[in-house]
Amino acid sequence: MPADGVPLLKVEDLRVSFGRDEPRGTVVKGVSFTLHPGRCLGIVGESGSGKSVTARSIVGLAGLGGFVHAKTIAFNGHSLIGQADRQWRRIRGRHIGYILQDALTSLDQLRSVGREVGEGLELHGVTRSAAERDARVVELLTSVGLPDPAIKARQLPSELSGGQRQRALIASALALDPELLIADEPTTALDVTVQAQVLDLLEQTKARGKALILISHDLAVVSRMADEVIVMCNGDVVEQGPAAEIFARPRHGYTRRLIDAIPSAHRRGSRLAPASAPRLRVAEEVRPEAVASGPLLEASGLVKRFRGPDKILRTAVAGVSFALAQGETLGIVGESGSGKSTVARIVMALEEPDEGYVRLNGLPWTGIAERERRARRRFIAMVYQDPLSSFDPRWTIERIIADAIPDTEAHRPGRVSELLNLVSLPASHRGRRALDLSGGQRQRVAVARAVASRPNVIVCDEPVSALDVSVQAQILDLLGDLKRELGVSYLFISHDLGVVHHVSDRVLVMSGGEVVESSEADDVFLAPRHPYSRTLLAAVPRLPIAPAA
Amino acid sequence: MSSTDQALVFRAVERRRSAVAAFVRTLPPGVAVAALVIVLFVAAAAAPGHLQTHNPFRTDLYATLQPPSLAHLFGTDQSGRDLFSRVVEGTRQSLTIGIGATGLSLSIALLLGVTAGLAGGAVDAAISRFLEVLFAFPNLFLALLFVTVFAATPATLVIAVGIGTAPGYARMIRGQFLSVKRAGYVEAARTLGHSYGRVVRQHIFPNAMRPLVVMITLGLGQSIVWASGLAFLGLGVAPPSPEWGALLDAGRHYVTRAWWLEVMPGLAIIAFALSATVVSRHLQDRLEGRVHAG
Repeated sequence: MPADGVPLLKVEDLRVSFGRDEPRGTVVKGVSFTLHPGRCLGIVGESGSGKSVTARSIVGLAGLGGFVHAKTIAFNGHSLIGQADRQWRRIRGRHIGYILQDALTSLDQLRSVGREVGEGLELHGVTRSAAERDARVVELLTSVGLPDPAIKARQLPSELSGGQRQRALIASALALDPELLIADEPTTALDVTVQAQVLDLLEQTKARGKALILISHDLAVVSRMADEVIVMCNGDVVEQGPAAEIFARPRHGYTRRLIDAIPSAHRRGSRLAPASAPRLRVAEEVRPEAVASGPLLEASGLVKRFRGPDKILRTAVAGVSFALAQGETLGIVGESGSGKSTVARIVMALEEPDEGYVRLNGLPWTGIAERERRARRRFIAMVYQDPLSSFDPRWTIERIIADAIPDTEAHRPGRVSELLNLVSLPASHRGRRALDLSGGQRQRVAVARAVASRPNVIVCDEPVSALDVSVQAQILDLLGDLKRELGVSYLFISHDLGVVHHVSDRVLVMSGGEVVESSEADDVFLAPRHPYSRTLLAAVPRLPIAPAA
Repeated sequence: MSSTDQALVFRAVERRRSAVAAFVRTLPPGVAVAALVIVLFVAAAAAPGHLQTHNPFRTDLYATLQPPSLAHLFGTDQSGRDLFSRVVEGTRQSLTIGIGATGLSLSIALLLGVTAGLAGGAVDAAISRFLEVLFAFPNLFLALLFVTVFAATPATLVIAVGIGTAPGYARMIRGQFLSVKRAGYVEAARTLGHSYGRVVRQHIFPNAMRPLVVMITLGLGQSIVWASGLAFLGLGVAPPSPEWGALLDAGRHYVTRAWWLEVMPGLAIIAFALSATVVSRHLQDRLEGRVHAG
């Protein structure tokens, strides 16, 4: 590690607390590091670990009611402690650039992308004329790889795609050529291929001698970029050191667990959470009803078109066919706009296909009246990406689950407790509301509700995308257990290739509404045939470790 | 009733009292003041005699147009009647008109809004166009028309204000139903195989109706301002009556000599409308806070 010369940024014993409620209100408990030009520091942790607050405190934006204490925060040898707002403003943008996670909310919706990017140039008096500023803006947008930069500069942020917006945001952070760039989850909301482009861009910046602080929950993303890594948990630094060493030989149990929880580091179908987690045991009678032979779910030639706000018909799903057998998991993987969620909605009979049909348990499922379908809806259930919005906000957990139990056995006592037990939630949670539960607990409730009617098929639409990796591992384990114990089949939809590979027997790769590849899970991931599958796979950042057996 | 029964009742009352006390303690000071003002107005409406310092109808020709003093808190009018006692006396009528108008307005709005929001399609389009036509007329014009065609009585005033303010609420209720209909939990209930009737009963209705409490309190203050406005124009309750708007109407001839005849009833209207708004805002935060914080 080159430690010669004055470090660009030196932080010693940074502590941040909110409110007077110490020590409970302390969200960062002593972070120290030094950062040199051309180096990248990765801060890894799950939600609530204090990683974002750490970064914000460095630029004096800890947030309302936040108290920042530190022995040293020195930038280029100058202390940043006790700066007035005015002094901060001179440093932010000019010397330290900041990239936030959500480009849509961080860009002003009513101003063109060009004005947004050019604002810093103007404020800091870098460019003297409007023409000079506009030329510089186009130059910046070109440098971040935005297509048609001169046109894009005149468009509003809402007219750009997610990846383009993120690149525009990076351009605005780079506008004043700051020595330090802080990126807080810069790729979290992006598709893998777009994520790869954004990471390339950050890498180029680093190669130009800029220092980078990269904050992410994604270990693989951090492992690709970072030279040094800080692992945070509940405000504590649990491990800190050179990236290669931490990923190869994690010393702390928490780091080990984080790495273990990543699906792609495991044999397909194996358990992800630590072995001490209780294995699920299911009473015989909770099993779903057996069905006749043949595929449980069959989709043939599904086509769905939507009319956009501009009255132009767009094909969201263009001829999708598949069959799902008893006890099987069929994964559907694709990027945003690939039509995978529309397929899920058609399968749930929330949307009628324009062409093609779906059969469930050997009987027609689409093209029939809702009245006919209603009694059979209990055979197919759904788990959503955002469980909270799928629960009535007024209801307790007990009522949410009880509501999904078919009327024929609704009054059997103990059924709700049985289901809560099935998803490893304590019975004491039955009186709570979903808002009081954590993200993982909410998804457990959603799973309990899904199995309450003893379905044959459960459709999971991005069920773990909003969860921290360790919680994601628990939910994936739970779904795997239920599959083994109950014999349910899953239609598992996700943008995350690692997750899909881990849970699926067979996989469909979707792009632009079409299935571009369909085969055994291992074939798709180890020997993809279609160029799109290969691009998708190549874009996934990987941890530099051998898969655990 | 045995002594244990009494003890139980007593304890239950105690518990409720402490719950109320706990609730009051969490009120921000501004909201507490507003709530107190509303309690005072309700008391004035329920038992005006206990608050009045004079007979509100007794004239005293030796004390006409007296400015506010300790003897006459709000001063006296041109006939020497005590203005404070008259404002207190008028509270009942003003509040009744306000409550009646809000009730009527919400009833109409519920009927139209719920039908449009639930039925959708052509029914929704028809009701929405009808509401837009109503919107095209200024509220005041509708109310004026009504009061001119029928006699100017408190009942007419209630109907006029009720109809005038209904379209706004109807549109709000319709929007509520439309947005709740699209909620994730409504779709989730559909996938469970529940009938539409059950989904409406279990989810759509209770969730869409949630902002109603707030709308009622907000509407009360507004209706009273409306009714007073009409009365001031001589289109509601006629001046001998101490209704607030009528007091304003009666006092306007003397405004250059006796400012209190306008200011004091005006303050009563403002105090009530403001308090109702403050309390409803607080209720809104609280109810929505409960949704978010469980």
